[in-house]
Amino acid sequence: MTCILETRSLNKEFGAVIAAKDLNVQINKGEVVGVIGSNGAGKTTFINMVTGYLKPTRGEILFNGKSIMGHSPRAITRAGMARSFQVAQLFPEMTVLDNLIVALAAAESARPSFLSPLRSDARIARAEEILKEFGVENYRNSLVTAVPQGARKLVDIAMALIGNPQMLLLDEPTSGVSVDEKTDLMDTVMNAVRQHGVTVLFVEHDMDVVERYVSRVLAFYSGEIIADGEPAAVLADQQVRDLVTGHRPTTKQGNGAS
Amino acid sequence: MRLDKTEISLGLIALACVLFGFVSPGWLIFLLTIALAKALVVQGVVMQMRSGLVSFGQGLFYCIGGYTVGMGGQFFGIHDAIAALSLGMFVAIVVAMLLGLLLTRYREIFFAMLSLAFSMILFGILVKSQELGSTDGFNVHDWTLFGWAPEAGAGSQHTVFTMTVVSGLIVAVLIHRYTKAGIGVICEAVRENEVRVEYLGLSPRWLLYGNYVAAAAVSALGGGLTALATGHVDPEMAYWTTSGEFVFIALLGGLGHVAAPFIAAIVFSFVRTYAIEFVPHTWQMILGFTLLAVIIFLPKGLWSLVSREKTGERA
Ligand SMILES: Nc1ncnc2c1ncn2[C@@H]1O[C@H](COP(=O)(O)OP(=O)(O)OP(=O)(O)O)[C@@H](O)[C@H]1O
Ligand SMILES: [Mg+2]
Repeated sequence: MTCILETRSLNKEFGAVIAAKDLNVQINKGEVVGVIGSNGAGKTTFINMVTGYLKPTRGEILFNGKSIMGHSPRAITRAGMARSFQVAQLFPEMTVLDNLIVALAAAESARPSFLSPLRSDARIARAEEILKEFGVENYRNSLVTAVPQGARKLVDIAMALIGNPQMLLLDEPTSGVSVDEKTDLMDTVMNAVRQHGVTVLFVEHDMDVVERYVSRVLAFYSGEIIADGEPAAVLADQQVRDLVTGHRPTTKQGNGAS
Repeated sequence: MRLDKTEISLGLIALACVLFGFVSPGWLIFLLTIALAKALVVQGVVMQMRSGLVSFGQGLFYCIGGYTVGMGGQFFGIHDAIAALSLGMFVAIVVAMLLGLLLTRYREIFFAMLSLAFSMILFGILVKSQELGSTDGFNVHDWTLFGWAPEAGAGSQHTVFTMTVVSGLIVAVLIHRYTKAGIGVICEAVRENEVRVEYLGLSPRWLLYGNYVAAAAVSALGGGLTALATGHVDPEMAYWTTSGEFVFIALLGGLGHVAAPFIAAIVFSFVRTYAIEFVPHTWQMILGFTLLAVIIFLPKGLWSLVSREKTGERA
């Protein structure tokens, strides 16, 4: 198994707040990793550091074996690591179709053309395919502001996938989406991801969703990783149950914790 | 080169303007020339507004365009109008490439104030330059067009008018394409969400930089044409009230269409001319009320009177 993303004693402090403490993570190619942790545990901070948005206080980040410390988000995106956002980051005054077309053009070239039209037939056709793949073709001509949360999240993820990344980091893809829609949304996303053969790491608060899709779980607590392993093992871990998941009723085993 | 509907309409309007030039009185030709030349400067302001930046110092490039034409004729023997205008654009591009490195680091009010600062620096330098006539400025040398010298007065006025209309047409077609091209749309994307642009693997700064330089070239062309039309340049061109006027016209027209700045500049010139004539001491107040009315009733500018809200796909 080859390691695609590795962090070595990654630290981040915001004044007195320690948002990341000696994070040592190795993600292998093809893995689907879930990240859990209560609010403020440092999950988003981890994604922000790995994608170049935040500068770590100390530590090292390797992507495909090469250091990406100090690289800009766009350089890291170009290198093949894409992300989505806890709050979908779209172009609100554009239509959904235009959002995708901008992403398509960006994926083709880092230097957009000065005179040839952005909305070419080829890009429109490709964008329409993507709309279908993500099941949001009904919102083709809607402004983003008029689109429901779930669809926005999907567009956000679709835009991240357009650049054909090797790795995708999803920050709470199902937040703001009703419980019944969560599985549909994740099925759509995971189908698309599988077709692209992408390594995925996603942050999720809903343990049912986590168990359904991931092969491995990282549990964050107060800037530290307190457990890392197979979902069943991590979710059964006493510390994780005390600090992260709480004592949720589980169907798998009795609950003996105090 | 295939022309779309907008481009054909622009071409026809330009043709009508040129023909109108043959029959209209001199004062009107002059008023229209200045209005259209200013509209070119405003196009530069609008290009930046689309990317989310408001330049309160576009007078810098207006002035550079004007002074380059003036100095080229007076000191360097460049009498050909096209050569002088091109040189003005070239100088503006060089200056913009330097200033842009710094300016594109800033957004919002910081960008606005910094752009203002640079134009005021030029104003200060020009005021201190005795050789360039200090606050009085200096006159533009008689010029030629492809070796042909239009007769002074009406003849040259008419020639500048035609040149301005043709320049306006070329710039309008280019900007129309630019707005729909990768850089144009993605500059709007930068305004809407810079973080997302960055995470698409693009550099918002590089985009804003390219846009800033292109806007400078367009504005300098407007300055050069103004210099040819008035036959005079002075430091006022870089003064902050001049830049403010360009922002005013930009807001008046709105960002809806490439024709909007032209319409707004013409309306502005008429309102100002008549206001000064009939109510000489309160014309600023009239302009103020005009802008107030536009912001309240037509927040998307005068262009919204022309266009009906388009639904669905944007062409
Ligand atoms: N830019 C910042 N400046 C100061 N403190 C910050 C900043 N970003 C995050 N923090 C702090 O760092 C800690 C970790 O925040 P982070 O956003 O990574 O948590 P999270 O695990 O993503 O939480 P949530 O589930 O609420 O999204 C929190 O205490 C937060 O207040
Ligand atoms: Mg978070």
